[in-house]
Amino acid sequence: MATIELERLVKRYGPATVVHGIDLSIQDGEFVVLVGPSGCGKSTTLRMIAGLEEISDGTVRIDGRVVNDLQPKDRNIAMVFQNYAIYPHVTVADNIAFGLYRSKLSQSEKRRRVEQVAETLGLTHLLERRPAALSGGQRQRVAIGRAMVRDPAAFLFDEPLSNLDAQLRTQMRIEIKRLHHRLATTSVFVTHDQVEAMTMADRIVVMREGRILQVGTPLELYENPVDVFTASFIGSPTMNLLPGSLKDGAATLSLGGTVRAPFASATSSEILVGARPHDLVPSEAGSEGLTVSGTVAVVETLGSETLVHIESAGQTIIGSAPGRQIPRIGEQLTLHAPMEKLYYFDKATEKALAAR
Amino acid sequence: MKAAASIPVLAMPKVRPGRIIAWTLLFIGGIIMVTPLLFMLSTSLKDASQVYDLRVIPEAPTLDNYIEILGDGRFTRWLINSTIVAVIVTLSNVFFDSLVGYTLAKFRFRGRYIVFIAILSTLMIPTEMLVLPWYLMASQFGWLDSYWGIMFPGMMTAFGTFLMKQFFEGVPDDFLEAARIDGLNEFTIWWKIAMPLVTPALSALAIFTFLGNWTAFFWPLIVTTSAELYTLPVGLSSFAVEQSIQWEKIMTGASIATLPTLIIFLFLQRYIVRGVMLAGLKG
Ligand SMILES: Nc1ncnc2c1ncn2[C@@H]1O[C@H](COP(=O)(O)OP(=O)(O)O)[C@@H](O)[C@H]1O
Ligand SMILES: [Mg+2]
Repeated sequence: MATIELERLVKRYGPATVVHGIDLSIQDGEFVVLVGPSGCGKSTTLRMIAGLEEISDGTVRIDGRVVNDLQPKDRNIAMVFQNYAIYPHVTVADNIAFGLYRSKLSQSEKRRRVEQVAETLGLTHLLERRPAALSGGQRQRVAIGRAMVRDPAAFLFDEPLSNLDAQLRTQMRIEIKRLHHRLATTSVFVTHDQVEAMTMADRIVVMREGRILQVGTPLELYENPVDVFTASFIGSPTMNLLPGSLKDGAATLSLGGTVRAPFASATSSEILVGARPHDLVPSEAGSEGLTVSGTVAVVETLGSETLVHIESAGQTIIGSAPGRQIPRIGEQLTLHAPMEKLYYFDKATEKALAAR
Repeated sequence: MKAAASIPVLAMPKVRPGRIIAWTLLFIGGIIMVTPLLFMLSTSLKDASQVYDLRVIPEAPTLDNYIEILGDGRFTRWLINSTIVAVIVTLSNVFFDSLVGYTLAKFRFRGRYIVFIAILSTLMIPTEMLVLPWYLMASQFGWLDSYWGIMFPGMMTAFGTFLMKQFFEGVPDDFLEAARIDGLNEFTIWWKIAMPLVTPALSALAIFTFLGNWTAFFWPLIVTTSAELYTLPVGLSSFAVEQSIQWEKIMTGASIATLPTLIIFLFLQRYIVRGVMLAGLKG
């Protein structure tokens, strides 16, 4: 159990700065997900917390103690890697026991701990097997077991689910979540997958090019993205962004039509109006809000709903129809999103405009 | 598969002409390579009078040569010498080549590239050119005519180091970092985690080093003067020089000397083939 605090954390590789002074404070027992596109510095940040990467500037505190100069083994953290990093030449039991390598416990006590962890993770019947005889999901569980067995101050995960197939990923996601609920150990989880971030996090940290763009609960990020990047990164399918120009408290969209723009002021007159596909539904009404019409180009039937891609003035816009309603391709369709579901961004700075 | 099911059980599988040519070539190659070995074995089973009778199967096979050779204290001494040298040099190579290879592959330090190039460049120098400096070195340090004198040039090899470096580069860093977090020290990480992950390369290195030293002739011949320190190949050749050439004795010695090599090939065939492939692919 521990808090983790990052203060103006910087990482440089030669002349290149890849982490630009990150500030982040993680509560005891919190599950924080670092999310962002590949190469944005998530792993580097995590590895600086772990002590696997030297800190160029700033401080890392674990449980109030500055750990900048401590070896990984002295930070009392455990880490789970993308390719599991479990050793092929020893059994599952021995792999898990590596987590207790430095522990002063007696052999029998160690054995008991390993068995207990195996029990929790459903690995008991596999204890004497070699990793080669395990499936991907089982291997990842062994890796988690090795991390758990020591009862560390914090878990660090670096894309631990990326090597699993889609179904298993969903399952492991739930398992890790459940485990965290039980153990309540501070966890930092790195992923490039926004769905993973949304479903697992207590708080999400959105990163881009070595900087934190926004920190918040999944819903906060979904409801109030501070900029275009977060808005289009969080939520699937991606938010529609329609360019328009501002005039007399209303935006004239480049694809036709106007939307009322309910914010006090903007620095420029060029804006982007955002609407999530789930809020953009087929409608006849010309009521207040965003209305777009176009030709149906693609229909994705998901059962519970139907995603409709329409084309209007050279732009593709994604909306959603109820599951049983399947528009025909080539058909004309009008989509509508209510006023209170719209997002507004300054086109030049990409920052969100005013709270709704 | 469907067509095959309808063919009568006794039908011969179809043989392609390419196969026949390949088999013929391999067969000829096999004969060429096996013939000297056969003659060696056959000569060792003949007595002195039959040596120039070139039949492969001796008229009156005898084990007298073997009894005599194995009873000859000098021969057993050479056998032991060869074993000591080959085993120690092999162990040393497995240890030091991989330690240095691992360091070069997995640690970033100043001068790393220069060290690597220096090691690599010694690969370009043929043994014959190195013999002279080795000899001078051995004589300066008083290592002439000693086990250490025979062994020291081979205790580490550039090729082995290079081979191991290439293999350690293939070991994902995650393994080492996971171990670092678990609190293993760097030496233990190398020994307990990295080494087991490169066993194919280690077995290839061990086999080649052992065979190379077992059959080594040139350097042991130069560095040793007293017969008690000869290795087998050197000792056997001294048979040829000292007495009027006793082919049946030389062949008997050679047969015995070949035995470990044969055993290694028989039992470790799998590793050797893999080792050759790995060395070819990576080295
Ligand atoms: N050893 C290194 N030397 C130089 N640049 C590196 C090194 N490791 C990572 N980087 C760079 O740092 C940036 C961030 O990398 P990383 O933290 O692995 O990204 P992420 O995990 O978000 O995909 C990348 O642009 C990467 O190229
Ligand atoms: Mg990464």
